[in-house]
Amino acid sequence: MAQDIKLNLEEILLDISDLHVQYNTDDATIFALNGFNLQVRRGEKLGLVGETGAGKTTMALSVLRLLPDKIGKVTAGRILYGGDDLLEQTEAYMLGLRGRRISMIFQDPMTSLNPIVAVGDQIMEVLDLHAPYMSRYEKNERVDRILSMVGIPPARKMEFPYQFSGGMKQRIVIAMALIAEPELLLADEPTTALDVTMQAQILDMMSRLKQEFNTSVVLITHDLGVVAEFCDRVAVVYAGKVVEQGAVEQVFARVRNHPYTVGLLNCIPDLESTAARLIPIPGQMADPTRLSPGCAFADRCVHCMDICRRKPPKMYEQDGHWILCHLFKERED
Amino acid sequence: MGNQNRQDSLERSTWQLIVFRFSKNRLAMLGVIVLGLMILAILLAPLYMPYDEMIRQNVFNKLHPPSAQHPLGTDELGRDLLARVMYGGRISLFGGIATITIAFVAGCMIGGIAGYFGGKVDTVLMRIIDMLMAIPPVLMAMAILTALGNGLFNLIISLAISQIPRFARVVRSSVLTLRGLEYVDAARCYGCSSFKIILRHILPNGIGPIVVAATLTLGQIILSISSMGFLGLGVAPPTPEWGTIISENKLNLRYCPYLGIAPGICICLVVMAVNFIGDGLRDAFDPKTKN
Repeated sequence: MAQDIKLNLEEILLDISDLHVQYNTDDATIFALNGFNLQVRRGEKLGLVGETGAGKTTMALSVLRLLPDKIGKVTAGRILYGGDDLLEQTEAYMLGLRGRRISMIFQDPMTSLNPIVAVGDQIMEVLDLHAPYMSRYEKNERVDRILSMVGIPPARKMEFPYQFSGGMKQRIVIAMALIAEPELLLADEPTTALDVTMQAQILDMMSRLKQEFNTSVVLITHDLGVVAEFCDRVAVVYAGKVVEQGAVEQVFARVRNHPYTVGLLNCIPDLESTAARLIPIPGQMADPTRLSPGCAFADRCVHCMDICRRKPPKMYEQDGHWILCHLFKERED
Repeated sequence: MGNQNRQDSLERSTWQLIVFRFSKNRLAMLGVIVLGLMILAILLAPLYMPYDEMIRQNVFNKLHPPSAQHPLGTDELGRDLLARVMYGGRISLFGGIATITIAFVAGCMIGGIAGYFGGKVDTVLMRIIDMLMAIPPVLMAMAILTALGNGLFNLIISLAISQIPRFARVVRSSVLTLRGLEYVDAARCYGCSSFKIILRHILPNGIGPIVVAATLTLGQIILSISSMGFLGLGVAPPTPEWGTIISENKLNLRYCPYLGIAPGICICLVVMAVNFIGDGLRDAFDPKTKN
């Protein structure tokens, strides 16, 4: 039994490899993802951190195949989900997958709910789409159950979104995302628009729900504090690429990190530190319309070497903690 | 009391709530009652007012003021005005409502599809709409009616087609603003198909201005039916129809104003009733309306 669970944990649910996505606008081509690699195991909580514009949301939209029509395009790569390549599936397959097997939560709960549909009906719509065989009574039961799980009294299900506060709306959105018991939840900055006390509550609730349904969670955020508290593993994204991936303990141990991760960690205020100022990362995010042949972080990196500008770094791995950086390649030699 | 309300609303669906809010709107309910009574009176006219009486011309009896026998008086050919107004309502009221309904549904579909899908679909549909728009509505209706052949049904179709552009335009612009909203993205994320998104999430949110435009157009349509009749298309005399009744009696308005007032009031009542209903519908769709 114990072994079964262990096997289950090791199973890779989502495997993104070498994903390239670009946005073609009238003025420029934006290279949003450039060889994005990410593995999500069944039942784990993965934190995806990075600056605005690093490609975190693009990743989530690519998995659901909801990149903006005609503008966003996947140019290379594979997205394996439960063994199927999502990029090759029909639209009908994707309609059955969205909401049923993979759900997504958006950043702003204020606008994620249809203002003129009662919240209970909105949650039930997911069941109408994915479980049409269920009786109305059974669906009502399920809606009541999930609402009490997220801490909304089921008696309020006939009320409208404007009658709820921001935190409650986000909980309703989470209830909607989880009602069909998906295997994977993509949470795109679910707590950014909420205040800190609400943030803790929502994360706590997501943890409990995750246990209940054994859902894998990809938490997209730029808050490393949230990641340290909530996640099992963390992936750091820079300019459309995962530059470091590992268990939370490995990354936060600060033994070996990508220089970008070091920069991010240095930006967290520390209560015990005596430093008067935080150390920001110098420079600007790499221009996504012009790609350098080497490492995208080279221009801002304090350890930048000659090779960094010429060749893309190889992967350095130790105990499942891997880093894309020339620094460690050298050390290994 | 609050608790009681909550209990009551527990088992109501969103649509039932819309009906509930609508029924709480006094003006809208007044509109429903007025329109309902008019429809009943018009539909049941054959029971209390035989058709023969309407067409019987009696020149000795012409231009009678209102009396017990002729409650609204008689016109210059001695025909009972009340009967003519009742039978005329069949064409004016039902023709008008049918025209609006067809134009509304077709306009919503065209505008909704064009706005939601954008790109080539949008360009093709909207250029067709632009072409329709370039031709004056009455001229367009005449052309279509000539091609299809005369008749009430074809009249309705031709007037509806001439009104589609305005609806398609309004719908498209509201769909354009709504489709970028996050709840539409969210609906896509939980597996809603495009068709369901347009029907369930976009149109109900943008319906307010469209319904108001539709109700305001109704009066214009009723008058269009009579102007087409005046041109000898669609409904020709002696078949009664509200617009025609007014224009027939133009010459006698100075001495017998009641001849124009009665059908005029009918048109006003219908337009106002439908307009109140439209306003009520718009408010009912918005859950923030206080009731």
